[in-house]
Amino acid sequence: MAKVFIYPATSLILSDLVARFGHKPLGAALGIRERIQTAGIDSPPLQITPEEPKRGLKYAAVEVPSGVRGRMAIYGPLIEEAEAAVVVNDADLAFGCMGCARTDELILFSLRQSGIPILELKYPTNEDEGVQFVAAIKKFLASLPKEGEA
Amino acid sequence: MSRKVRIAQLSCGPEYSGVQKEIYDAAEAVGAEVFFPDIALADVERAVDKFGLDVRSADLKLMIARGMALVDGKVDADGVFIGTCFRCAEAAIVRNELRRYIPEHSKLPVVSYSFTERTTSGTLLTRMEALTTIARRRALLAREEQTGITMGVDSGSSTTKAVVMKDNKIVGTGWLPTTEVIKSAEGAVAQALEMAGLAREDIQAIGTTGYGRFLIGKHLKADLIQEELTVNSKGAVYLAGHQRGPSTVIDIGGMDNKAISVIDGIPGTFTMGGICAGASGRFLEMTAKRLGVDITELGPLAMKGMGKNVSMNSYCIVFGTQSLVNALAAGSSREDVAAAACHSVAEQVFEQQLQEIDIKEPVIMVGGTSLIEGLVYAMGQLLQTEIVVPPYSQYIGAVGSALLSSGFILGE
Repeated sequence: MAKVFIYPATSLILSDLVARFGHKPLGAALGIRERIQTAGIDSPPLQITPEEPKRGLKYAAVEVPSGVRGRMAIYGPLIEEAEAAVVVNDADLAFGCMGCARTDELILFSLRQSGIPILELKYPTNEDEGVQFVAAIKKFLASLPKEGEA
Repeated sequence: MSRKVRIAQLSCGPEYSGVQKEIYDAAEAVGAEVFFPDIALADVERAVDKFGLDVRSADLKLMIARGMALVDGKVDADGVFIGTCFRCAEAAIVRNELRRYIPEHSKLPVVSYSFTERTTSGTLLTRMEALTTIARRRALLAREEQTGITMGVDSGSSTTKAVVMKDNKIVGTGWLPTTEVIKSAEGAVAQALEMAGLAREDIQAIGTTGYGRFLIGKHLKADLIQEELTVNSKGAVYLAGHQRGPSTVIDIGGMDNKAISVIDGIPGTFTMGGICAGASGRFLEMTAKRLGVDITELGPLAMKGMGKNVSMNSYCIVFGTQSLVNALAAGSSREDVAAAACHSVAEQVFEQQLQEIDIKEPVIMVGGTSLIEGLVYAMGQLLQTEIVVPPYSQYIGAVGSALLSSGFILGE
């Protein structure tokens, strides 16, 4: 079983696909779930304190906007942990989206720099593309080591 | 209990910067509530296309869609707070365009701010207070004439000013450096009353403003305790005799600067701040001290000099002081150095703040620094307009407070 970073990190569909094919998805739900400080498990999760942008300094310099550093405090450790990544570019907002384009650039750069296998796909716009999209993800995930193989 | 003022928040990054709670706290402190305009996800891209600003960040697209929903009247709000991360160019473009677009297409007051993770509710308080005042007290702010006998006290970071007004005239003024806040206020009040030939019991209503407004307001049992953005706007257009129509008020203070775009005496958009004391009156105080002249002599001295002869950039007060010392050591004249210092402060305000509001004539300069003619001249040169400095401009906050507090005599 490989740890697979998903992008957009908020995509439940991607998260589900990765889990269905026997791997561990690394995305926003995971990053945020580990930090929950709210009344309920489904409360708005962003109980981030001013400490997060400081923790984010590990991934982005102080001159980088605080919102980018705060996000990197969540996604940076997940990228470090990731053994593979599935990246969907130009996704529809409803598919899962990231609020800050500058963080997106840094996340994608960090993933590419890490040297892990990455599947980059364009968001499908019709049914045929949708079928190819899922097939490509399935093939990629199948190529990753399963439990006990790593 | 009056209804809470509803402030629509349009923002990118406050949660991940850890400052959302600070925004909530600042609003709560002034009896307002912050909410996020509710819009359909499907409307976001449509709104962005209509607005015509092609941004990549989804949160900025959401800001645009929410701003348009407010303007279209799909969402009810009393005011708008726009906040984005400091140092983000993409967000700065959206913030600026929305700050311009919303007042142009609606009557909603707007305040904007770029935050870092260090932003606290205290920093946001004055802005939120001004926003809620404009929304809540439009009737009070519409007052154009002072009636009865009232007093205004402005407890500023450098000086404390008091003014007594009677039947639409200033009859007494008082001025002291701010040392102990209450003591300085008491002293300024005593001076103003003495000049007016009146006693405390003659005063029918009191208004306070400035950094110490809450403390002295409580001490003096003030009827009106009000932040300086709205009060100064009122005071400026009142003293300049320009209560109707658009105007721009610039107040370069001892600690921070305010640039306010005013319409019919009510602030529309405003900015408050200053990166460093290098863009404030404090730098001119230091310059005067280094040149061995009183601050009141700095203006005339600067008028005799040529600022262009000395290279000075007071973006930071430490480096600004360094260039000042270097220029003097290199043999520059005191006049040229004084002119350069005035130009540098005016330039910082111009670059950091005046870019963020729509400058409409007349441009009215107020506050103690408006008496430094070299600074007024430099600002006029930069803006290519003749700056109006009304009489009593150094007492602007106190005059605005006295004017507005007269609304309380008959319990308006």
